[in-house]
Amino acid sequence: MSAGVHHTPYHPKWYRRRVSVWWWLQNRTYTGFVLRELTSVFVAFFALVYLWQLRALAQGPEAYAHFLALLKTPLFLVLDGVAFLFILFHSITWFNLAPKAVVVRLKGKRVPDWVVVGLNYAAWLVLSGAVAFIVLRGG
Amino acid sequence: MPRSITPLLWLLFSAGGTVAALLFPVHVLLTGLAVPLGWLEAPSYESVRGLVRNPVARLYVFVFISLPLFHWAHRFRYTLYDGLQLKHLTELIAVLCYGTAILGTAMTAYLLWNIT
Repeated sequence: MSAGVHHTPYHPKWYRRRVSVWWWLQNRTYTGFVLRELTSVFVAFFALVYLWQLRALAQGPEAYAHFLALLKTPLFLVLDGVAFLFILFHSITWFNLAPKAVVVRLKGKRVPDWVVVGLNYAAWLVLSGAVAFIVLRGG
Repeated sequence: MPRSITPLLWLLFSAGGTVAALLFPVHVLLTGLAVPLGWLEAPSYESVRGLVRNPVARLYVFVFISLPLFHWAHRFRYTLYDGLQLKHLTELIAVLCYGTAILGTAMTAYLLWNIT
């Protein structure tokens, strides 16, 4: 036995397997998860488009016309098309997860998941119809 | 991030997610696609302006812009942590995300307050 042998205590914390930034592409479930999380980017994009519209509306008819013209450019049409798909994905995943996030009880009994999901979709339809009616009527 | 405001942030995330899920698809379809592509005629400037004069419509616009921004801030924060493995930038990311949402909310409130 030589005196030069060193003993290194084992530290579980020192062992870190490198995980690729693209870990979520290896499996469909992970990909779905990350795409779902990315929907928030498009939600924010649209919130900002509406903020912009509000600003144009406050500035006057010229600024508003400019805003409407901008939405007609190919860049915005493509962005809005992609955003629409991601936002639909957000809505669907959000409604489907609703019964897992909030457990509704009625007379001590848990309301079945499909009822909660169904009510969410019904509310979606009714509200979408109401919004379309008000917006298209033009106030 | 102080632990005490975590439930509030989660509540804003969840309220914003619901607002976005229920209302964004129809608005995106109308404003972002149907009108620019000419499927529908755009409502005139006067009529939209008239709509925003209504206090209920103003409240709607405020909720419609502000809550989804907080939803994004909360969710995107964790997307950056997990997806891009940026755990070491926790504070910077939190400040940028919630800061953007607060700024957007303040701008919305200011515009809605002053629009006549």
